[in-house]
Amino acid sequence: MSKPPLVEVEDLTVRFKGARDVYAVNGVSFTLDEGEVLTILGESGSGKSVTLKTLLRLLPENRTDIGGKVRVGGEDVLAMQGRKLADHRGGTVSMIFQDPMLALDPVYTIGEQIAEAVIRHEKVSSKAAMARALEMLERVRIPSAARRLKAYPHEMSGGMRQRAMIALALACKPKLLLADEPTTALDATVQIQILLLLRELQQEFGMSVIFVTHDIGVAVEVSDRIAVMYAGAFVETGTTREIIREAKHPYTHGLLAANLVGAKPGQRLDAIPGAPPALETRPTSCAFAPRCKHAMDICRAKLPPIRRWHDRRWVSCVLAAEEHASA
Amino acid sequence: MLIYTARRILYTLPIMLGVALVCFALVHISPGDPLVSVLPPDASEELRLRMMQIYGFDRSYVEQFLIWLGRALQGDLGNSIATGRPVAAEVWGAVGNTLMLAVVATIIGFTLGCLFGFVAGYFRDTWIDKLASFISVIGVSVPHYWLGMVLVIIFSVQLNWLPATGAGPGGSSAWVWDWEHVRHLILPAVTMSVIPMGIVARTVRALVADILSQEFVSGLRAKGLLDRGVLAHVIKNAAPTALAVMGLQLGYLLGGSILIETVFSWPGTGFLLGQAIFQRDLPLLQGTILVLALFFVVLNLLVDVVQTALDPRVQRS
Repeated sequence: MSKPPLVEVEDLTVRFKGARDVYAVNGVSFTLDEGEVLTILGESGSGKSVTLKTLLRLLPENRTDIGGKVRVGGEDVLAMQGRKLADHRGGTVSMIFQDPMLALDPVYTIGEQIAEAVIRHEKVSSKAAMARALEMLERVRIPSAARRLKAYPHEMSGGMRQRAMIALALACKPKLLLADEPTTALDATVQIQILLLLRELQQEFGMSVIFVTHDIGVAVEVSDRIAVMYAGAFVETGTTREIIREAKHPYTHGLLAANLVGAKPGQRLDAIPGAPPALETRPTSCAFAPRCKHAMDICRAKLPPIRRWHDRRWVSCVLAAEEHASA
Repeated sequence: MLIYTARRILYTLPIMLGVALVCFALVHISPGDPLVSVLPPDASEELRLRMMQIYGFDRSYVEQFLIWLGRALQGDLGNSIATGRPVAAEVWGAVGNTLMLAVVATIIGFTLGCLFGFVAGYFRDTWIDKLASFISVIGVSVPHYWLGMVLVIIFSVQLNWLPATGAGPGGSSAWVWDWEHVRHLILPAVTMSVIPMGIVARTVRALVADILSQEFVSGLRAKGLLDRGVLAHVIKNAAPTALAVMGLQLGYLLGGSILIETVFSWPGTGFLLGQAIFQRDLPLLQGTILVLALFFVVLNLLVDVVQTALDPRVQRS
């Protein structure tokens, strides 16, 4: 019997309460093993960042309703309180954000911010914590790291800041790293460097990573498995290879077709028409149907069936189910 | 940092010169004959001319300004027309009293303002926020001379706990650190603290609410900081702006307390200024305004330097 998975999410639902409710996540389930990289792929507003933040309980408590089960390392994340939750954050699980300029405190130096996390979780002296901060900056290959230790976020370039953010996230050797579009705010050349660095560090530290992105090229670069998310639910999951080669869901096809890679000059990109739904109510039929060129009456009438090869390879679409039935 | 400070000090020199010119000009543009208060109503034209000569009012404005400026640089602001005493001594005595009052009032106002503002911002949109905001709005809008009189009625007249007027027992106007003097300070200082309290509270509330909504606060929580750890970050982010507001408020209190000093007969600059205006005592008026204006300049300098030291984003070059 193999080890139990590091992360187990079961039927997760997140609803934002307000003047108008938003059903941001509607029944997401997945598992993640140690040392594995999962990418959640989807458009803006599909609920992928919300799913990620739930793993750290970073959503504003008084305005969200969270349902389902979230377990990391066997611990129930949704039941954590006070110090236990704080130990979980940054200790077992840490996170890198989309824009490091916004996610780092502008009036503390990089060194102070990393050392603070180390002191908080490992109760070492501030000198030892600073030494760790320096070591981490060297690990993420920031040039003249000793000098950068005393730099403020605004004194560094975008790529350098994201490296510092990664150093901060990894300073306490987390078992799980959450990466929320970590390359979106960066130049294309810097993006690649950061992705390579992340992959390298992931293998070196042997940690699990959940990567959130809207860029399928990034997903292919870093992940073992991909989950495609639409309107607050996973529509298709599989290994990276399965998703790229044997995509079953029309939305996954759309994402693949809308990608720049392999397009010829002058060729029109095959964009998916329309926009994602507003999610003011929980979907009762296929949420993608209004934008789907294969949509049938049954798609608009009820939730699509799930065709499941095994636990980690399934798709929720009528087409795939029919293909299965006729085969 | 040292070079920055030196440069900032250098920049204030032309400002100070401008301030001296403006306050000289303003006083001379204003209508009214300065000699009215010293000459008897039936004084002869000859006597009036001789007095003009003695005080130098017969010379051109440029000459008058240069002579006044030259003396001011040596610390001589002339003699008061009404009392004949040196202006510098009068102003310095009054400045000491006003400084005492303004500093104590600012400390009270700043402490309470930060407290209310912080609590309101942290518990935004709850009843705690509404209560704290209500208090700060009252602080900004209540007329402070009225508040002063109400406090006098309650604590001096009704309860007889605190003295109503003056800076010390027996009309003493020099500050001494003893209980009697502190007792005299309490009512005017509390009255005066209400305005900076309101303004600081509103500023700090907006600041804290803004900081808490920024993404780096999520970042701090994501790395496992407890509430007090996050609080330390919020304070360090809010401090430069809050201190700048406090510095400006202290500046206003130094010059703008004519009403409160009059209500409490506090022998400070505001009281002195009031006297000088009513008696058309030009040298005294000029001297007082100049000293107050220079205080404001120095205070702004201090605020700038402190803010630069606290906030790394302000350019030091």
